[in-house]
Amino acid sequence: MSTRALLELQNLSTHYVSAKGRRVVRAVEDVSLRVAAGETLGIVGESGSGKSTLALSILRLLPPAARIPSGRMLFEGEDLLQKSDAEMRRVRGKRIAMILQDPMASLNPLFTIGDQVAEPIRVHEGATRASAWARARDLLKAVRIPSPQARLSQHPHEMSGGMRQRIVGAIGISCEPRLLIADEPTTSLDLTIQAQYLNLLRELQRAHGLALIFITHNLGIVAKMCDQLAVMYAGRVVEQGPVRQIFKAPAHPYTRALLSSIPRMSDGRQRLTAIDGQPPDLSALPPGCAFAPRCPSAFDACRAAEPPEIAGVANSRVRCWLAAPDAGRGKAGNGAL
Amino acid sequence: MAMLEAAALSKHFRARRGLFGGRGVVRAVDGVSFAIEGGRTLGVVGESGCGKTTTAKLVLGLEEPTEGGIRFEGCDLNALDAAGRRNYRKSVQAVFQDPYASLNPRMRVGAIIAEPLVTNEALTAKETRRAVLRLLDLVALPARSADLFPHEFSGGQRQRIAIARALALSPKLVVLDEPVSALDVSIRAQILNLLRDLQRELGLSYLFIAHDLAAVAHMSHTIAVMYLGKIVESGEAESLVRVPKHPYTQALFSAALPSSPEERRDEIVLAGEVPSPLRPPSGCRFHPRCPSAMERCKDEAPVLEEIEGRLVACHLYNCVALPGAPERQT
Repeated sequence: MSTRALLELQNLSTHYVSAKGRRVVRAVEDVSLRVAAGETLGIVGESGSGKSTLALSILRLLPPAARIPSGRMLFEGEDLLQKSDAEMRRVRGKRIAMILQDPMASLNPLFTIGDQVAEPIRVHEGATRASAWARARDLLKAVRIPSPQARLSQHPHEMSGGMRQRIVGAIGISCEPRLLIADEPTTSLDLTIQAQYLNLLRELQRAHGLALIFITHNLGIVAKMCDQLAVMYAGRVVEQGPVRQIFKAPAHPYTRALLSSIPRMSDGRQRLTAIDGQPPDLSALPPGCAFAPRCPSAFDACRAAEPPEIAGVANSRVRCWLAAPDAGRGKAGNGAL
Repeated sequence: MAMLEAAALSKHFRARRGLFGGRGVVRAVDGVSFAIEGGRTLGVVGESGCGKTTTAKLVLGLEEPTEGGIRFEGCDLNALDAAGRRNYRKSVQAVFQDPYASLNPRMRVGAIIAEPLVTNEALTAKETRRAVLRLLDLVALPARSADLFPHEFSGGQRQRIAIARALALSPKLVVLDEPVSALDVSIRAQILNLLRDLQRELGLSYLFIAHDLAAVAHMSHTIAVMYLGKIVESGEAESLVRVPKHPYTQALFSAALPSSPEERRDEIVLAGEVPSPLRPPSGCRFHPRCPSAMERCKDEAPVLEEIEGRLVACHLYNCVALPGAPERQT
């Protein structure tokens, strides 16, 4: 924890509230995370685990039904939750940028590539069209688009999926942000194109000292790209720490089960260790630990009270009663009262 | 004898080129041969546009081959009469990628699973009900599921329903087209294990198509690698994964994501993207992206030849002048 955090989330919660306020979905609950400059954080979780809501919370791009009832989001020392909408507009795209999953949906089919890559430069830096287009050309070159000058005046439909995703990447880095959030950036790409793109992102990160947050369900991407890992389950970060540490010795039963349920190229036709049951419904969570109904090591305390975040080795933290020093008794018992 | 054999199978589509319509031909599948043995799994891998889904459709009889043919249990499909074809269609069933799209939301699960039985077999209502319950049990769903609607199930459970429907007519071969890629990570292992158990219990053969190489390696006995409509390499799964021979297979497997941060491999990063199947490159279709391309690769298309128990279509391996073909561990 020696490095100063670029982004620090403190006990952040994001809830979706129904029109009459009767139903509350706790999509993100009590999440504390930090990312240092130049570092890559992977956030993994299944669909409905709250990872995308977390990303949208950081950018304050939540739909109207969402509320952030508690928490702080410190970015370069300033709390993003205290900023006005106008101030947030100057942060988004300039200091924090985001790459979304589907490049066809994040590019406007009616505008040229040049217009779209130059837009953030013109908006945030007030550059002239000519100088913004010149910058856009350099950006296309940086993301390895062949003949960038010609591509500037083309439209998105004239490019392949891999190229479009690289253009979205170029827009992401156009104003040299400090933090880039990538939400499943390669799911729509083929394997060899995915490898190209991930390598490109890593080069851009090195060249600009970017911090990256990777939001993904794919542990392979985490293994390849990330320094730090946060595992989300039912809106909570159940385990976080250095990637190598977690892959070597996962402390949370969910992380452990997830890691062992993935087929590996090397283990031939061995039977996989499956996780029983289904991911939970966020609007009807069980009392206690949300993973308890599927957990092979659950005991009474798990069903009675939610485990707190417990510090582990090498700056890792885990939300599991098994990690409590007096597992099964004492504290856990109090929670049941 | 293999249960299903495809010989020089091709499917070409006509495509309009541009606004003023010169016509082109997309060779989606171009002279592909493979065999699926009883009770075994053939995995097909390749990137989008390589022809793996068209291959699946040809096997399912949803597309007619332009050239070549399929023999099933020794009978040529092209020579079958209507009754024979109907029989073939009953023996070959499919499970698709998205269980949210493949189940009719307005039908109860019992009716969904019974539909193939109702259209194909003359069963009484009671017999049908009994068959549905047996199928639900086979895929480990509770009997009461029969009276519910698909929206009451999660993705993994829906895929179980789709599998039960595919098994209703006791098929011999099931085509699995990306059967787990739409599912949550924690659910995938459940479905892969179920498919493996069913294969063992019922002696099913699978044609398994997926872009997740580790899942294919895990499920398959043999693997065929496709690139732009052609099989570039095929052979026994384990050795193919361990020592891929074709430069494309090598690159593809080296691009697969690692299973742990400690795993480091020599990544072969291919330049460029898959060319359009409307204008495939001359000679070997892989040559513009191939790190080991030679002069002759530009003009002469390599054919599949047996190299150490594997079929490989690459000039690197049948060129006597070259001192030893390269082998790369991944």
